[in-house]
Amino acid sequence: MKAAVQRRRNWAGWLFVLPAAAFYVVFVIQPLAMTVQYSLYSWDGIGVAAWNGVQNYLRVFTDPDLFAAILNALKLIVFFSAVPVVLGLAIAATIRRIAASRLALVARTVIFLPQVIPLVAAGITWSWLLSSTGLVNQLLTAIGLEGVTRAWLGDFSTALPAVGVIGAWVLLGLCTLLLLAGMSKIDPALYEAARLDGAGAFREFFSITLPSLRQEIGVCVTVTVVAALASFDIVYISTQGGPGNASMVPGLEIYYLAFSEREVGLASALAVVLTVLVIACALPIQWLTRDRSS
Amino acid sequence: MVVILGGSLAAACAAPGSGNAQATAAASSAAPMSAAPTCGTEPITLKAYYETGFPITKALSDEFAKQHPNVTWDIREDQFAVITQNAPRVLADDPPDLMRLPQVSELVKNNLLKNLDDYAKVFGWDQWPASQLEQMRLAPGGAVRGEGSLYAMGLNFSMTGVFYNKKLAGQIGMTTPPETLADLDAALAKAKDAGLAPIAQFNGGATGGLAFPLQDLMASYGPPAPINEWIYQKPGATIDTPSNLQATQHLEKWIKAGYFWKDVNAVDYATMMSRFIKGDGLFMFNGDWESGNLDKQMAGNIGFFLMPPAQAGGKRAAMSAPLTFGIGANAKNADCAAAFLNWVATDAQARTIGVEVGGSHPMGPADAPMPPVTAGSVTENTLAAGAQIATDNGAMDFIANATGAIYAKSWTPNLQKLVAGEQTPDGLLKSVQADYQSQVKGG
Repeated sequence: MKAAVQRRRNWAGWLFVLPAAAFYVVFVIQPLAMTVQYSLYSWDGIGVAAWNGVQNYLRVFTDPDLFAAILNALKLIVFFSAVPVVLGLAIAATIRRIAASRLALVARTVIFLPQVIPLVAAGITWSWLLSSTGLVNQLLTAIGLEGVTRAWLGDFSTALPAVGVIGAWVLLGLCTLLLLAGMSKIDPALYEAARLDGAGAFREFFSITLPSLRQEIGVCVTVTVVAALASFDIVYISTQGGPGNASMVPGLEIYYLAFSEREVGLASALAVVLTVLVIACALPIQWLTRDRSS
Repeated sequence: MVVILGGSLAAACAAPGSGNAQATAAASSAAPMSAAPTCGTEPITLKAYYETGFPITKALSDEFAKQHPNVTWDIREDQFAVITQNAPRVLADDPPDLMRLPQVSELVKNNLLKNLDDYAKVFGWDQWPASQLEQMRLAPGGAVRGEGSLYAMGLNFSMTGVFYNKKLAGQIGMTTPPETLADLDAALAKAKDAGLAPIAQFNGGATGGLAFPLQDLMASYGPPAPINEWIYQKPGATIDTPSNLQATQHLEKWIKAGYFWKDVNAVDYATMMSRFIKGDGLFMFNGDWESGNLDKQMAGNIGFFLMPPAQAGGKRAAMSAPLTFGIGANAKNADCAAAFLNWVATDAQARTIGVEVGGSHPMGPADAPMPPVTAGSVTENTLAAGAQIATDNGAMDFIANATGAIYAKSWTPNLQKLVAGEQTPDGLLKSVQADYQSQVKGG
């Protein structure tokens, strides 16, 4: 009798999960399965597809243009991930020290603002700032650096870093806020104890703040690495992958392949490779930064 | 959930696309049409899919509805890039009666467009100058363009060439348009020496605008026919020819001489237009879709000439393409849509709208009446240029239209590299030809 009730209760649990599970299957699992399926065909998106085996995957790794796009995404990690996390830590630590003042509130708002602005608007604004007559070049000229001014997004050597700077600007706010939230959780007694032991600000930061933020840093790094690898909007708005293919990233390449070259199979194969790459990057980060105490 | 999973698994077993109903190859109907189709007298709603930012389509539709009170319009508009992506799906799932078309090869290959041969015969479109319809003809299966059945119609046809700022031209003593390429080179050098920006052009993002001067130079050095054959995907056609190499080398010379803006690789079309209108740039390689706009914004200060030939007295050529519209293979009101397309080319009021609102030459018979235009306007210049191109048989499609992806994926990156000194003229043509071959084969 008791076992039967137990079982019924289990069933009721599944019933509650069902709507969400159905959505997950229809909108996540099924598209994923279809992408894997498409990646094995040669298909223009309309007519009947032809079986293509692993040919599409071979092209992803042998076509220099496609492979270069993957490399560009890896380079973007420096800007999208390393810069916001390191800078975010420094800014969060600074804001925490002046937490009570009005300046802290202003700083928090200003730094988080890019997260609120739509990426497309940010991309357009930055393409103005970085244009040959934009604010960045005006400032450089004003301080006598006219020699280095250029169309930052139209120059082969600076287009990708310039896109990276936009990404760093967008993601800095998110990281700062997450880290600041994490810092407010740290027991103030720890700092007090450290200070009694004669620790300075730097020692406090490296011995207390940084270790306590392990999980928050993990979230920051994961989110920003995924943003770098899967970047699309910022690149699409600011450079469209140009000049040449200097700032081409996999997300944009997939879009071009599927909708302008109508090579749905190849686009799907690149998408699968990108998915695997994202998981391969995210899993170790999760493992490294998980909370060992629990 | 099991049902859903089962359903998606079942779908996964078949090859993608095999579930789509494929219209059989649109053969001409058994009996030829005896009378020209009309929109009848019963109330009828035409479903149209237009491009945003082209007031000519709306103006023509309104006028047509005024003349045919039983016709109402159900119009959807999108950016051209969106239409390009949506075209196959929209034509397959929900075919409009009338639709602005991107590159048509793929659509014909998949039997998504109505074969217009019967309409052409009954309306007499086949009596018009052949060059007007050539770009919209496709061989069976859509493999080769430029010959075969008619699958689209133009609302008008555009003309490209070189616009120039008359005030700046006066500063360097240029009173008449250059007659030869050497004349143009001399004017460019003078402009550079005078501290002017010689050429206003765009080459940023995914649209390499240096393709305009490049194709003009190709037509200066060589005949347009082989270029058209390449665009039409004729077997064995190549862009890598000696005269095209000369043209690309000439373009490189212009780049190295500093005739383009230093930031040309970051300039998009809209930026080019606003800078040119403000007076930054003596010449601009562009098309007559801007004629009306430039006549308004630079009234009396704007001129136009066709690209001059390399040899004095040589024939002129220009990129010239119809503003293409097609009828869905399964459209409900195909006859009425065809009647509209015929009306656009033959009705006097429609032709006037085509010139005044569209800025380009209307389609239709060579002797059809032309609406009056303001003397001395650049619109007058571009219409006259259209007549000369017809005489010289110099109309070319745009090299960017050879395949669906050749512009964004090949011409643009290669031209941007040429500007940055990372590509040679020879390497550019070889690279574009290699991409072309893989796209034609794979597409």
